[in-house]
Amino acid sequence: MLCEKCHERPATVHYTEIVNGHKAITHLCEVCAGQVQTGEFGFIPQINLPKILASLLSQSPSKQSFVTQTRQETSCPKCGTTESLFTQKGLLGCGDCYRHFEERLGPLMRRIHGSSSHAGKVPERTGGRAKVIKQIKEMKENLKQAVAREEFEQAAQLRDEIRELEQRLSGGENNEH
Amino acid sequence: MSIKETINSAKSGWMAGGGPEGDILLSSRVRVARNLKGYAFPHLLELEKAEQVIYAVQLALENQVLKDQANELEITRMSELSPLERQILVEKHLISPNLLTEYQKKALALRDDEVISIMINEEDHLRIQCLLPGLQLEKAWTLVNQIDDALEHTLDYAFSEDFGYLTACPTNVGTGMRASVMLHLPGLVMVDQVGAVLATISKLGFTVRGLYGEGTEALGNLFQLSNQVTLGHSEEEIINSLNSVTRQILTQERQARKALLHQRKDQLEDKVGRSYGLLKYAHMISSEEAMRRLSDVRLGVELQLITGPTSEQLTELMVMTRSSYLMHQREGKLNSMQLDVLRARTISTKLNQGG
Repeated sequence: MLCEKCHERPATVHYTEIVNGHKAITHLCEVCAGQVQTGEFGFIPQINLPKILASLLSQSPSKQSFVTQTRQETSCPKCGTTESLFTQKGLLGCGDCYRHFEERLGPLMRRIHGSSSHAGKVPERTGGRAKVIKQIKEMKENLKQAVAREEFEQAAQLRDEIRELEQRLSGGENNEH
Repeated sequence: MSIKETINSAKSGWMAGGGPEGDILLSSRVRVARNLKGYAFPHLLELEKAEQVIYAVQLALENQVLKDQANELEITRMSELSPLERQILVEKHLISPNLLTEYQKKALALRDDEVISIMINEEDHLRIQCLLPGLQLEKAWTLVNQIDDALEHTLDYAFSEDFGYLTACPTNVGTGMRASVMLHLPGLVMVDQVGAVLATISKLGFTVRGLYGEGTEALGNLFQLSNQVTLGHSEEEIINSLNSVTRQILTQERQARKALLHQRKDQLEDKVGRSYGLLKYAHMISSEEAMRRLSDVRLGVELQLITGPTSEQLTELMVMTRSSYLMHQREGKLNSMQLDVLRARTISTKLNQGG
């Protein structure tokens, strides 16, 4: 039997597909089957990342899209990146862009990552407030476990320590060591 | 070993084999993206500023803490290498194709065993990477984490409380971490299940690509599986879930191989044997066909259908027979026919002496 697609090579791959109870068998050679496979599983077609980012950004719940409002388009004061430049390249220009475009990036982050707040590592030396926040989070977790184990003495101590850290955060006196 | 020696040798640390689950899982990789505070991201960086970034990293690498933890990392500016040498580094997975464009701005810091590398001024100022054989994601993360900490002694990173480590592309922001494993899945491909398995995986926040990174198909049944999400989960959580998804796939691949042995042993042995014979005696072979046949033979070796070559030799051949590497060995331009002849000879020499 010859391959149904190229009619050149012998059919060695027999592909059975059942759609709505209807059975269809396709006989292909190895080469054509390989193409069908790569085609169907989408390894070759490359998705254009900037385009996706742009479309996600323009779906943001803000009433006006600023790509059309070029007059009011703001640019990052540090590197000059504009929103339309970002949607073209899919890349931000510098660290300050994140602060400058924060309002627009938050929803985008939730679309990409399902979250808009960091939960991972914090730089040891320059982490500052983020380090304290992370510490509090970990201590609260320990507190919960201590309560579950009915170790109330330890729990009370943890509670006091958490309170102290939280006061330090809200008081703004932040010891980086 | 200098960078030139690295380029000349087809072997890489990750090919040594013997890693956990090494019969299916070739390598584990973890990389993090970091940027320096006060500098524009690389795509907007002028040549002079780019050089400043490279220099800052070079100084940070001389830090004693880092030397104690990671040994010496040798820094090479891409402008010191020929275009062909740069291409070989791509084929060896030591740099990404991004480092080939605007190469005057870019550099690579590499440990001589090739386990640890840092790309400088790729999409981000630093891409710290660890590549280990077999399933060793935790170990790879531990190493990357240590080097990152040591570098942070000297370098000021761009970091925000909300968004974590800031990266040029918002898809990397947060942990800046991408963890991946390279899988050889001939069994699932043969029983026509690979599509279904991979489709399920992509629903869980992971992506699958062909071996040679973005924009290439899955040559030689090699797939790269990596995390998609970088924000909102800790590094450990990401590593753990990738680990468990990977274990699922390993189980599925083993089942597929078992089913093939059980139900289609004759066809399987025929396929493996034909590919082995072809690799041993062909006079010309294309890169694409070589990858496919090497994949068949590797499966045959792992299922003990044939003896002779080792899995490591076959992995090494998959790198050795890439066009740039062959071209480099000949120190000159070859046309595609000459390349096919050279490729066939390289493979047959290796396989005929091996068994």
